[in-house]
Parts: sequence; C-alpha cells; structure tokens
Amino acid sequence: MAIFLTAQSRIIVQGITGSEGRKHGARMIAAGTNVVGGTNPRKAGQSVDLGGTSVPVFGTVSEAMDATGADVSVVFVPPAGTKDAVIEAVDVKMPLVIVITEGIPVHDTATFWAYASARGNATRIVGPNCPGVASPGKSNAGIIPADITTEGRIGLVSKSGTLTYQMMYELRDIGFSTAVGIGGDPIIGTTHIDCLAAFQGDAETDAIVMIGEIGGDAEERAAAYIDANMTKPVVAYVAGFTAPEGKTMGHAGAIISGSAGTAQAKKEALEKVGVKVGRTPSETARLVREIMQSR
Amino acid sequence: MDLFEHEAKELFAEYGVPVQAGKVAHTAEEARAIAAEFAAAGHPLVVVKAQVKTGGRGKAGGVKLANGADEAFEKASQILGMDIKGHIVHKVLIAQASDIAQEYYLSYLVDRAGRQFMAICSVEGGVEIEEVARTKPEAVARIGIDPLAGVDRALAAEIVEAGRLPAEAATGAVELAERLWAVFTDEDATLVEVNPLVLTTDGEVTAVDGKVTLDDNAAFRQDHEKFADPQAADPLEARAKAKHLNYVKLDGSVGVIGNGAGLVMSTLDVVAYAGEEFGGVRPANFLDIGGGASAEVMANGLDIVLSDPSVRSVLVNVFGGITSCDEVANGIVSAIGILADRGEEVRHPIVVRLDGNNAAEGRRILTEAGIGAVEQVGTMDDAARRAAELASLAATGA
Repeated sequence: MAIFLTAQSRIIVQGITGSEGRKHGARMIAAGTNVVGGTNPRKAGQSVDLGGTSVPVFGTVSEAMDATGADVSVVFVPPAGTKDAVIEAVDVKMPLVIVITEGIPVHDTATFWAYASARGNATRIVGPNCPGVASPGKSNAGIIPADITTEGRIGLVSKSGTLTYQMMYELRDIGFSTAVGIGGDPIIGTTHIDCLAAFQGDAETDAIVMIGEIGGDAEERAAAYIDANMTKPVVAYVAGFTAPEGKTMGHAGAIISGSAGTAQAKKEALEKVGVKVGRTPSETARLVREIMQSR
Repeated sequence: MDLFEHEAKELFAEYGVPVQAGKVAHTAEEARAIAAEFAAAGHPLVVVKAQVKTGGRGKAGGVKLANGADEAFEKASQILGMDIKGHIVHKVLIAQASDIAQEYYLSYLVDRAGRQFMAICSVEGGVEIEEVARTKPEAVARIGIDPLAGVDRALAAEIVEAGRLPAEAATGAVELAERLWAVFTDEDATLVEVNPLVLTTDGEVTAVDGKVTLDDNAAFRQDHEKFADPQAADPLEARAKAKHLNYVKLDGSVGVIGNGAGLVMSTLDVVAYAGEEFGGVRPANFLDIGGGASAEVMANGLDIVLSDPSVRSVLVNVFGGITSCDEVANGIVSAIGILADRGEEVRHPIVVRLDGNNAAEGRRILTEAGIGAVEQVGTMDDAARRAAELASLAATGA
C-alpha cells in the first residue's frame, strides 16, 4: 500500500522542460515511476525526451489531467512562479501536489496553502522546499535518490533532505514503505502529524522514523499526537543542538528565536511521550533496527 | 534579514504608520548636533537608543534619556561602542522623547502551526511580550489572519479590541494596525512588531520602537539590498556570501563542510558530542555546499573554512545522494589542487567521510591521490570524533 504514493500513481511534472524538471523527470522514470506528462504553457503539444522516454508536454495542468488521468503533480517551477503553479493544480483538484522548489517567499506559500484550504483541501500539498515522496519499488516523485534503499516496512517523515537519504541508506537492508520529505520552510503543506497518521493507518508500515530540526514547534505537536494516537513505534532524531539563537541554519524555518524552537525542547517533548530519540543519525538508525528486528 | 530600529521606523513612516521623530548618529558629536536641532524646535528631551539587532537593549544600558545637547553627547559617548550580547553599537538613534500615557503591544508574524499569519495585540506593552504571555496570558490576544483576506479596517478593530486597548486609543491604534499590515505584506516581512505602541498624553498613537524581519526568499522581488549591513556581518560570512556559500560562523575549532542543511546541522551536533571527550571541542562553522559539490565550490568552501584562524581541523561530511561520491572525491582532490595553485597551503588535517552512492570508488580516488592532509574515516560518528581529537591535539601543540 505505502502512503500518498503507490505503484498506480500517475505523475506529471510542472516545469518539465526546465533543467531540473528534465533531469529529475528522467531519474523518476529510471526508478520505475509512471511519469505520464508535464506542463509548460509555452511548449504545449511538444514532447520532451527523458532518458529515452518521450513524455508529452501540455499547456495546463487541466489538459494534462484530462489527457493522462494524472493524480500526482511534482512542481519544479522556479520560485517566482511557484504560487501560481500550485494554485493551478489546486483549481483542478489534483489529489497530490509535491512542491520541490526551494526559496519560495513565505507569503506565497501562505497564500497557496490558504487557497487550498478555502477549497476544502481536496489537494494534498507536500513541501515546498522538500525532496519529495518515495515509495521504494513502487514510485518516486521528487528528487530522493531511488537506488540508496530498498522496499520494506519502515515509514519515514523528515524536514531535511540529506538526513532522509542518510537514514534510508543506513537502513537499506530493512527497507522503507514510504519516505516523505516535508521540507524545512516555516509554512509547509503536509506535516509530521499528517504523515504519522497516514503511517499509523498503513498496513505495510510497522515502525516510523521521524526527523526534525530546530525552529517552530512541529516536533512538540507531533509528540502530543503520538501520545494520543499512535500505537506503532516511533523513533526520532532532531538536528540543531549546537545552532545559535537568531542564525538561520540553511533552511528558512531552521532558526531559534528566543526560547522557542530549540532541539533540546523538541527532544524532551518526544522522550516524555516514550519516543526514543537518537543522539546521532547512526544511533537513530540503530534504534529503528532494534525495533524492526524484535518484531 | 532583521532591520535596525531606525530602518524599521523609516519603513513604517513610508506606509503612514506614525513614529516618534528621530535621527541616526554615528558619533557623539552627531548626537549633540541632532539633540541641539530638536531642542531648538522645542523638544529638548531626547532618548538615545543603541541600534543593535538584539533585544534587551534597555536592561543592558543601551537606552538613555537625555535633556539637551550636552547630555545627549554624554549619553551617546557611553552607548556608542558598547557590546550588547555580542553586538557592538556603531550607531544610536536620537529620538524625541514622547509623553507616554500608556504602552501597548502589536505585531504581525507567521503562524507556523496554523499555516497562516497572526496578529498579537496586548494592552500590556513596553516589556517583553513572552514575559506578559507567561504572567498574564489573558492580556495577550492572538488573532489568526487568513492570508487571502488580510487585515482590513474591521479586522484591525477586532485585533485592537481583543488586545483590550482602551477606547481613547482605539481609533489611532486601528488605523496604525491597518497600515502596519501593509508593511507586513508589501515588504514581504515575516515579522513586524511595535513594542511599545504608545498612547501619548495628547492622545496620539505612535510606534516608539519597531522591529522588522524581512524574508530573504523574497529578495528577487524586493529591494532588500538597501538594508544590507556590512559592518555587522562577520568578515568570513561576508566572503562566503560573495561566493554564494551558505556559511555561518560559530565559536569552535573544527571546521565543518557538508551537503544539505539538515546533514550539516547534524554534523555540528555530532562534532560537539564527540568533542566533549576532548575537553569541549566544538564546531567552528556551518557550511552547506549543497547538492552539486563541484570542485570549485569545494575549493571555495575549504578556502573559507581554512581562513578561520580558530580552525584546527576540518571535517568534510558528504552523503552522496544525487551526486555520487566519486565526483565528490574528485572535487576534494581538485579543490586542494586549486588551493595549492593559489599559493594557499593546507595547514590543518582534513577528515573526510564519504558515504552513499559510489562511496567505494570515491574512497579509492582519495586514497590514490595520496594527499597528506586528508584522512578518511568510514562513519559520520567516527569521523567527527577523529576531527575533534585532531583539533584538540593541535590546540595543545601535541
């Protein structure tokens, strides 16, 4: 089953003719993903060669959906155009929109999220500034390297791209049902809690590893959610114990302001509800391994 | 990007938000001249305010009342050059003192949990809002703002009412709140804060202090460059920025280079843990060279990290995801070559950990290159430990 993304997912790429869209579109296809088309209003009717596979280009998301039955869109459109691209997909009720683009102004993200909410959240938005969603062996929508891990029964949700890859690689012998990169921006669509809930309900996921980082209180809220709702084991890792106050650590959302957003507070909140928190990524992987092997 | 108080107020004034009159002085002499000018206009009482991008200026002695030009000179002499939480005061704002009847609080910010915006308003101003929220939570109103609807006159009135501002301040505060919203949206701010928002004895509502944080991601459509503050930036951070490197200077001795913000943040933590064993060795910097990690980017990164005089060892921690490790290894080898060509000798040991795609080939390339300064370690934890150990050995001269 996996969550959000399955072998049946039909994917289009918004911004398929750009360098990132082409490069990662080809990688997705190489990973066995069913990429059925893409959009670029100026290149409608053409096709684009993605590593030997010819993929049709449509002028709008609406046309692409009608012609291909797409149910997932991966957005590679540059920051200045991302808001409109997401709104276009929301307008036609695309079920899942994964926004890879980095560097989107938070006012734009707030706007497209509010727009989707006002239309009843018929569209699930993942990101922005995220590596995407991968269900190994089934489908790969975004930029997560497909060959670093295998299909298995661990679910993963993470704010960070490279830490996601690191974790998938360390546990490649056990394998993953789905990995969701939710992104490190101040406002994101799908949250840790959304993913925890989906993994809890997924028959193919036995345990969840959750990767957080400084900034905001998403991890604290996830801890409360785990306490109230989760029966599957959750292992966590939090990055940024050494980050100083007031300095942004790479991700726009990774900043400690005043007493809020520290890694220590997040770790304590998670441990308080019985979640094991690794001190390093490797220790976290070991904790997950122990749980999976004791099953 | 955080603005200075005087910049925030200049921005407020552009949007018709009433602010206290004031001018910036870089020297005590300038402070005297500005105060003399205000005195001549009938306002001898001024406030001399340190311009630093941190809170708690008042407590640190960075805000002082002065009566007349000579006192302004004296107070400015005391404040200029002061170190407030690591921020050196290079300029002061000479503001006309307001006849304060009451002090309130108003801000707009990003509500991360609600995935929208939020107004915070309180009748209790002039003190830290976190403190008020702790001691008198009922006095702090939080009102969610739909980004599609924004703040119109009616919502501004609702915000002011929820903050329990008294009737005599309401009209002025509502108007100010509406204009402040325009600052927040039109300037792509992630925070605008007025604390205190003051009701003067003659019934005017004015911003007596202002804090603004602008969204760096919006630089492509905003003129944020005019607020650039070269004096405040660490010289190495400024150099890194010029090379488009994501670098933050820290206070330790292990230089850190990695790919991906999360992995680098994590690497800093792992270095600090490992460093506990060696008398508290800590990371010297955050440097994310991103996904590509070409030889040139790696060379620029190594160059910046090695220019930091407190660095004793370097840890390069790369996970090959999209980029494969053989490319990264070639990048490191060429980077050291590029540095040698520039006449910059690599004086400190470089511990390299490569993992992920094509790691074996990457390690082979590094081994065959036979660079004396480079030492390879298999795992992130062990590499961090080794880098911390080498830094501690270098520090003790062993």
